[in-house]
Amino acid sequence: MAFSTYLVRRLAQSLVILVGLSILIFLIARVMPGDPARLALGPRAPKDVVQRWREWMHLDEPLYVQYYYWLVDTFHGSFGQSLYTRRDVAIDVKTFLPATMELVLFSGLIMGVFGVLLGAISARYHDTWIDNALRVGTYVGVATPAFVFAIFFLLLFGYLFQILPTLGRLESTITPPPVMTGMITIDSLITGNFVAFLDALKHLLMPAIALALGPLAQEIRITRSGMTDNMLKPYIAVEKAQGIPDRVINFKYLLKPSLIPTVSIMGLDFAALLGNAFLVEGIFGWPGLSRYGIQAMIQKDLNAITAVVLVIGVIFITVNIIVDIVVAYLDPRIRLRGRSGMS
Amino acid sequence: MSIEGSEYRGFLARRRERIGKGWHKFSRNPLSIVGLTAVLLIIFLAVFAPYVAPYPKHAGKFVNFAEASQPPSWKYPFGTDVVGRDVLSRILFGYRFSLVMAVIVLALVVPPGVVLGLIAGYLKGKWIDTIIMRITDIFLSIPPLVLALAIASILTPNLFNSMIAVSLMWWPWYCRLVYGITSSLRNEFFVQAADVIGAGKGHILVREILPNCISPIFTKMSLDVGWVILLGASLSFVGLGAQPPKPGLGTMVADGMKYLPDQWWTAIFPAIAILIVVLAFNLLGDGLRDLLTAEEV
Repeated sequence: MAFSTYLVRRLAQSLVILVGLSILIFLIARVMPGDPARLALGPRAPKDVVQRWREWMHLDEPLYVQYYYWLVDTFHGSFGQSLYTRRDVAIDVKTFLPATMELVLFSGLIMGVFGVLLGAISARYHDTWIDNALRVGTYVGVATPAFVFAIFFLLLFGYLFQILPTLGRLESTITPPPVMTGMITIDSLITGNFVAFLDALKHLLMPAIALALGPLAQEIRITRSGMTDNMLKPYIAVEKAQGIPDRVINFKYLLKPSLIPTVSIMGLDFAALLGNAFLVEGIFGWPGLSRYGIQAMIQKDLNAITAVVLVIGVIFITVNIIVDIVVAYLDPRIRLRGRSGMS
Repeated sequence: MSIEGSEYRGFLARRRERIGKGWHKFSRNPLSIVGLTAVLLIIFLAVFAPYVAPYPKHAGKFVNFAEASQPPSWKYPFGTDVVGRDVLSRILFGYRFSLVMAVIVLALVVPPGVVLGLIAGYLKGKWIDTIIMRITDIFLSIPPLVLALAIASILTPNLFNSMIAVSLMWWPWYCRLVYGITSSLRNEFFVQAADVIGAGKGHILVREILPNCISPIFTKMSLDVGWVILLGASLSFVGLGAQPPKPGLGTMVADGMKYLPDQWWTAIFPAIAILIVVLAFNLLGDGLRDLLTAEEV
């Protein structure tokens, strides 16, 4: 089966999952106890107002009709009004999403680069003190929740040594760059504003590393075990016997296939990043979608909750498609046999 | 000396040897021993919290403003919080809540996950397999923490509802695990043989296939205790889990956060307590996995 056929099948599969996810989110918001109209209007609203709201929101229609209306609205990019900020949820999402994307992408970069690098080092020097130190480190790293890392960092680098800023995305004395992508580091680079870039990077460092360390530890472990397993395989011995230089063997024949499990697990690790952002953004006052989501959840702001969960879901599904494509590139067995690339 | 006696002794010796071998494999990795010891210690402290905690009363609504916000001392090893409650005692009771939560969540999650996985795996390719596994995919298509947060918030946030929220997003993992094993085993000779001699589907699933899933399930459960505790702590950290004055570990960290950096002990010790419990169950689970996979080979 050709790669394009595999790709089309994978995308179709994602579409089915996306529809399913929208049904799941819709059901969570509608079937759970409590009257959405009452929630929106507060306990003191008169009965007829609540009734009119119910009619307006189609709450008296059967569930599948409600779902249809909700889906049509969502497709038009309308999530309704936030019951708390009283603004259009779509506008809120547009405002807050870039900050979260900046944080999570930077975190993902740290995770991917250092995960593979340290994993390869650990495998190359396996059973030496470097490897042992890294392994103990990964045990602690995997088990430490991102918000615990965040608090340690805050205390150490924010308060004790005071080398990194503790709140927000940019010092108030620095003029933010014009909004293009909404990610301050990238916007300031495009406009050549290096003062803003450095400051934004400083703000980004603590939350991003706090998010990345757990998944990073996971990546190190997976990369190490993948490489040490493949090291003992006969094909490597054959290549060595043929006199192929170690450097070529290590990069071309050992690292590439060993990265398959590492990349596969990256989907799950990205889920950890997206999920933990909900806890970490609040700690560092990071004005992102996740912090907005938490506020919406505490206020029981249904429209905002459904929008945030749907947006995060779409991001995660996209990440998984990318992961599967990369895995298919690395692993010709998947590409050629056309098995579904679910890891 | 009778023959039976020596045979019996031989049996005992063999059994001792088998257990010894398993123990040897498990104990070869010192980290597994550390994990086991820590888990046993945590369970002991949690179960006997009312007796071993220095100030059992401090777990609930209790105020002692005369000794509020005290740094760690001999009297209060982990200090006291803003209303004068002993942080150590509250952590021990926090472990109690966390372990209860983990046990209940796993009890709610494992049976349906395993049953659905068995059915879908055995009927691979049939419509029921497609339905079950697509639903599993949908639940797994969103970061688990996000879904749990959303569900917990829409239900009224409290300890019970946070268990429901965590359970709703946890079963697909067991479904997938068992599905993978079942779908690979269903073409094995011993399953086909049972089918040929007329064994029913129920018999094949429960007596032939299920026993092969037991050790992976147990390994996953031992790892998951830590993860469920972490998820519960995460929910209570943002105020969507156990509500004050219940000493949820996450709630304690969140409360302590407000007084950083001056009263660092109110946030740091509960945070370390979460780290330790997750680490302990991780180490134990890894040890068990090494032991059980080695046994199967």
